[in-house]
Amino acid sequence: MKPITYARASSVADAVRLARTTVGAKYLGGGTNLVDLMRETVERPEALVDVTALPAEIEATHEGGLVIGAAAKNTALAGNRIVRERYPVLARAVLAGGSAQIRNMATVGGNILQRTRCTYFYDDAARCNKRVPGAGCDAIDGFNRMHSILGGSPACVATHPSDMCVALVALDAIVHTDGSDGSRSLPLVDLHRLPGRHPEVETELAPGELITAVELPRLPLAARSTYRKVRDRASYAFALVSVAAALDVADGTVRDVRLALGGVAPKPWRAWKAEEALRGRPATEASFRAAADAELADASGLRDNAFKIELARRTITAVLAGLAGEQP
Amino acid sequence: MPATTFRQDVRFAAFHPVGGSMEIVINGRTLEFSADPRTSLLDLLRDHLGLPGAKKGCNQGACGACTVLADGERINACLALAVQYQGRAITTVEGLGGDGGLHPLQRAFIEHDGFQCGYCTPGQLCSAVAMAGEAERGLPSFVTDDLSADTMTLDHDELRERMSGNLCRCGAYNGIVEAITSTFGNVLA
Repeated sequence: MKPITYARASSVADAVRLARTTVGAKYLGGGTNLVDLMRETVERPEALVDVTALPAEIEATHEGGLVIGAAAKNTALAGNRIVRERYPVLARAVLAGGSAQIRNMATVGGNILQRTRCTYFYDDAARCNKRVPGAGCDAIDGFNRMHSILGGSPACVATHPSDMCVALVALDAIVHTDGSDGSRSLPLVDLHRLPGRHPEVETELAPGELITAVELPRLPLAARSTYRKVRDRASYAFALVSVAAALDVADGTVRDVRLALGGVAPKPWRAWKAEEALRGRPATEASFRAAADAELADASGLRDNAFKIELARRTITAVLAGLAGEQP
Repeated sequence: MPATTFRQDVRFAAFHPVGGSMEIVINGRTLEFSADPRTSLLDLLRDHLGLPGAKKGCNQGACGACTVLADGERINACLALAVQYQGRAITTVEGLGGDGGLHPLQRAFIEHDGFQCGYCTPGQLCSAVAMAGEAERGLPSFVTDDLSADTMTLDHDELRERMSGNLCRCGAYNGIVEAITSTFGNVLA
């Protein structure tokens, strides 16, 4: 067995330095995904830099938003008072993910950077372009019920498994990072890449770049928001289709809307086209359905997952109609 | 017999020890260990410390048979690297009852037939004890209607959602739900 080292970072600067100066280093959060991938030999780090002692506070900003330390546990995020009251879609999405045990271990940063649960990615007897670039993809013609209907490529149709990220992209979340070139911020919706010809490159992060915090802007309409997850079991299963939505209706007209989809694409999918189709339109089921159609016009099904197109259409429509029904 | 017994040789040879020995508190006793960083908390408990109560079911976080408490919070010991739990207080099913014999929930599992083969039981017990604490602290679940509520009621749907990280292949769920409800229902209703 190849040796491996472990170090516990005491600060962000310490973590970045350790990652830069240690060959084959990987950041370790709660371990709920990385430990599993190491056991399956999909991930083979030579050094682990434990980042769970880094900032985990969840604090309101002066601008009326919220900053979430990347080491915050999923449970702490879902239980946070401000999240529950101002961003209920986020609390519900986090609570829809994993089990209570997993949420107690998993960090926010690790949730963002978790890898797909495509079974061919996990199975080293199968071909997978994400695991072995250029090897081919056994999912495209294989059992692909859980795979993408949007944003995939001939090289990869895996889905991003996070629920939390679907809510975060709907809420215009910003990711703060630190690395060898200093700190920077980028919208979460721009962090994950579509696979194209290089599914092995999953994010815009540079080697050794560390997510330090996630920031939510002030977003009053998020007080009326929710998350619905359609899955094969009632609990503790990955999404077939999930919908994160926030809706602001005034005088029967959609004043503003945020919409994102999970379980259908290689990245948390912000439904820009649906939002565009909905702003200023009557808050009716017909409008919601037309918005869903606009988003799904480019969707295409594989052998086992074409049902997701209609499932997504119906789920989007139902979630928006539900939110519209709650408006005063 | 004490509720917790250990092997005498809690120090064990590791493949690639890092940073010398580490401390961990297991069921109230401080132990020293050294381990390859890849050693899971579950393997440390079972293979090195002689505590086989936490079970290895799937070894990938899906079944919950390995559930233990870390500072009172439930975790999957199979996905936890032991080195990450240095200095933490771990409670396994062996330590659940303390010195007074069985935990009330353990007695309730017997009374309500909360198991058949018993393999998932240590995980179910640890998980349920922590679950009751979460509900008492007001942590909502995915099926909670009112996220702003201060107190949580553990009705049937809430309980099943909150325990979904623990599978029972014998299907003893009805007995498990009854045992948990009879033990914690009054506290939380």
